[in-house]
Amino acid sequence: MSGDRKDPFNRGEEFLQLFSRGAEFTKELLVENERLRANLAVLEQKQTDASRSPEEWDKYRDELQSRLQDLEAECESVRVRLQQVEAENQQFAARYLEIEEENNNLANLYVASYQLHSTLDLDEVLKIIVEIVINLVGAEVFAVYLLDGDSGELDVAVSEGAEPSEFPSCSKPGGIVAKSLETGEPLCGDPTQPFNLEEPIVCIPLIVQNRPIGLIGIFALLQQKDGFSALDHELFSVMGGHASTALFAARLYSQSERKLNTIQGFIDLLTK
Amino acid sequence: MDRKRILIVEDSPTMRQLLVFALRRMKNVDIVEAQDGMDGLRKVSSDHFDLALIDINMPVMDGLKLISLIRGEDSLRGIPIVVITTEGAKEDRERALSLGANEYLTKPIQANHVLAIVKGLLKEESTT
Repeated sequence: MSGDRKDPFNRGEEFLQLFSRGAEFTKELLVENERLRANLAVLEQKQTDASRSPEEWDKYRDELQSRLQDLEAECESVRVRLQQVEAENQQFAARYLEIEEENNNLANLYVASYQLHSTLDLDEVLKIIVEIVINLVGAEVFAVYLLDGDSGELDVAVSEGAEPSEFPSCSKPGGIVAKSLETGEPLCGDPTQPFNLEEPIVCIPLIVQNRPIGLIGIFALLQQKDGFSALDHELFSVMGGHASTALFAARLYSQSERKLNTIQGFIDLLTK
Repeated sequence: MDRKRILIVEDSPTMRQLLVFALRRMKNVDIVEAQDGMDGLRKVSSDHFDLALIDINMPVMDGLKLISLIRGEDSLRGIPIVVITTEGAKEDRERALSLGANEYLTKPIQANHVLAIVKGLLKEESTT
């Protein structure tokens, strides 16, 4: 009930405020109108004076021409500034694309290294290497070779696209494999060369403490992939560095686990 | 702006992590991961999703089977589906699209490309 009583009062207040604002606005308009009228009067007076005497007219014309020149100069400077801003804008757009690409590449590299070091299980590490080579590099036929400690030979530990027995031995002298193992750097051949299981198109040596522990040989790429990008080369380097340490750590871990189990067995035997 | 829910059905943890990385650059998205087709079917049937990214070659149930099951279910039919696969052959693409996939992307993927496609499909979905 009290709300109902207050309502007309509030509405009255609102109306009064609205009316006051309207009055203020009208006053402002009147002042503005007065100012414009005065400006117009000055201009009309100038024109009248100029029409009476040719000197005044010349003076007025010079004044206008000077004003026009000033405006043209200002316009030109604005145009130049606009061009500069446009060029700057294009540079920013190009830089944005570069950063975007860099960001994507870093995400790929981060994911690859994160996954490689996410486990100490040798089979898991090999599985992750296979995933990276398929999904991030885009390889169809490849093999991961590991060094056999006893024979000193590089044997296929895991392969994709062909049976392990179909992949060539890595002891062949010369060629991309030998060169890559010698230099310790990933090497790429021609990705468009016809499929050949004799010679890989990419060879990534897996080296720890200057000693080769294995290598990744890529023999064919997925059909939609027609070459190597800058990211691929980065991935090859990451694989060379991180896959080798991940494999090395996994091997050490499994060896230590075995030793620990043996020792535990002895201890159990002795204490029982 | 309401949050969008995206389901990633992919058996490779590496790919899942990469896709999560890409999609997290969008604001207001919740991402759910499934590790094979069956897991994906379970999740898509029990929860609401605005979009699904599905791999084709997966254990237990492959991506094509999952797509046909989603498209055969009235309540799930409208979910936009993006296939992300290693299979680059024309017939694989046509098969996936004929089963009801909206987009077909081949690996290796470009994160910004995936992002652009996902954004486009989510926008389309919200305007229909």
